[in-house]
Amino acid sequence: MAKVTFNEDRCKGCGLCVTACPKKLVQLSNRMNSKGYHPAEITNQEACIGCASCAIMCPDTVITVQMK
Amino acid sequence: MAEKVLMKGNEALAEAAITAGCRHYFGYPITPQTEVAAYMAKRMPKIGGTFLQAESEVAAINMVLGAAAAGVRSMTSSSSPGISLKSEGISYMAGCDVPAVIVNVERGGPGLGGIQPSQSDYFQATKGGGHGDYHLIVLAPASVQEMYSLTIKGFEIADNYRIPTMILTDGTIGQMMEPVSLDAVEVKQFDKPWSACGQRGRDHRNIINSLSLKPEELEQWNFDRYKRYEIVKEKEVMYEEFMMDDAEVCIVAFGIAARVSKNAIVEARKQGIKVGMIRPITLWPFPEKALKAAAEKCKAFVSVELSMGQMIDDVKLAIECKKPVLLCNRTGGMIMSPDEVVAKIVEASKM
Amino acid sequence: MDFKKTKGLTDAPLHYCPGCTHGIIHRLVAESLEELGVLDRTVGVASVGCSVFTYNYFNCDMVQAAHGRAPAVATGIKRARPDDIVFTYQGDGDLAAIGTAETVHSAARNENITIIFVNNAIYGMTGGQMAPTTLPNQITQTSPYGRDVTVVGYPVKVCEMLSQVDGASYVERVAVNNVKNIMKAKKAIKKAFQNQIEGKGFSLIEVLSTCPTNWGKSPADAIKWLDDNMATYYPLGVYKDKEATKND
Repeated sequence: MAKVTFNEDRCKGCGLCVTACPKKLVQLSNRMNSKGYHPAEITNQEACIGCASCAIMCPDTVITVQMK
Repeated sequence: MAEKVLMKGNEALAEAAITAGCRHYFGYPITPQTEVAAYMAKRMPKIGGTFLQAESEVAAINMVLGAAAAGVRSMTSSSSPGISLKSEGISYMAGCDVPAVIVNVERGGPGLGGIQPSQSDYFQATKGGGHGDYHLIVLAPASVQEMYSLTIKGFEIADNYRIPTMILTDGTIGQMMEPVSLDAVEVKQFDKPWSACGQRGRDHRNIINSLSLKPEELEQWNFDRYKRYEIVKEKEVMYEEFMMDDAEVCIVAFGIAARVSKNAIVEARKQGIKVGMIRPITLWPFPEKALKAAAEKCKAFVSVELSMGQMIDDVKLAIECKKPVLLCNRTGGMIMSPDEVVAKIVEASKM
Repeated sequence: MDFKKTKGLTDAPLHYCPGCTHGIIHRLVAESLEELGVLDRTVGVASVGCSVFTYNYFNCDMVQAAHGRAPAVATGIKRARPDDIVFTYQGDGDLAAIGTAETVHSAARNENITIIFVNNAIYGMTGGQMAPTTLPNQITQTSPYGRDVTVVGYPVKVCEMLSQVDGASYVERVAVNNVKNIMKAKKAIKKAFQNQIEGKGFSLIEVLSTCPTNWGKSPADAIKWLDDNMATYYPLGVYKDKEATKND
């Protein structure tokens, strides 16, 4: 089990994490963050395999992955 | 008193840098300063120092910037065309307050010019040279002994104020041989808590930088730097007065032109003309107060220089154009004879 | 695997455009320095271009250099402080155009420094002009009809060029266009710093990177453009490794 958290206010909504997730669990939210971007979010935390591909691909170190 | 040794000006300058604790010299060959590089190439490896012949003057000055930013005493030397190339790096050093010594053994210009002595980089040296609001502290030796003493002084003054300092000399002083006393001197060293040399437990990062995209901030940096310039103007002006007590004509000359002028003054005095000289040793800051005082009692000034007339502007400004200022000059690598100076003195004495 | 932000980066938000892979490269450099335990004795040299503000991001002492001069500044620092770890972080305009001489000669001297060379085939900071590494026919602001090699010549292949310089110790080209390549890039960057720690001399890692804004592409399309165009013109791989040659 892995827990993925997004530091939303630093996210620029580039979507590279979305394409990197092998399980297609990441999407851009409909919300807007303080910078005016649609931040990335995880759709199904339970299904996450904790590969950290999203975090590795993120240019802004928005994503933290913790294995439980 | 220690024994004197016979040395070339360029060698005395190089030895002075070593005495001052400079162990990092970066250079590039150009006449007539190459003896400095050759001397450093021989000496540095023997004292655990670094001599590096860079791929260009541009690279050399940036190596100096790097070493000086890391907190060590560093120097480069060149001659006029090479100083133009270094001007970019010098502006950056001024902008990020990194102190080092830059030597210009001037030759005739513009362009590739010639290899004979000149003083035609006066504007470049004293008014900035590169882009932006800044000054260098500029020291002008007139003897091989001064090549030694002023180079040591240059390192001290640069570190003290975090202002890059230039030794502005010429091919004659650089190449001539004279006896020099290399007496043990007390060299001042300065802590450099600002240097970028690895944090090693320091609780903050040191950043050496001249960039700010906030105009308010950049303006403030410039204001702060100019406050330091004011202190330098107050405390560090150096000049020599020669036979000025009763002088009615005042020669202003530096470096090799001042030596020629001394002979001319002795000769003119034999003809009964009361003439003296103020020799700026710091070209920036310029000895404005001394000149202004001289303007009270002298009736005319003669600016003697190896250029088309550059320092003469500063002379006129210093004396607020209250008295006439004649120009006695040669350029392109030519040096005036004492007779040419005497002729100008005679002309000035009749004003 | 656990993943959290490295101490090698400060908390300052990066100024780069969304999807620009500069940020990934920053992280790889910062992680390498942290993992090697040398952050406390590292001095970085920032260059001119989009990476001009790197002094705000790397959590170590930094010096800002003039355009193209970073390897000369790094040389001065390293010669003054041989125990420091000294690196430059330069873009393609900085390193392969105005700074070509400093690049080649620091390699020739086998200067014991690490150069991170970010190649995104364009001048980013000034708004997308032709770079020395702009591909043939690539459209930029100053090659609006595509780079015409008969007029402005061919792109400079830095790794290929430096592989012919005797002094250079380690030269590798990597890319940050997918997770697998990012892991490889990390390995190369870490090795480049390890080399410096061991006194092996000059290492340069060229990193193929994207510039979605000035390429006029979405971040995902920019990655694809890098895959399809840059990675074929600039093949990835080790171009020089003195150590490996020695062991053969």
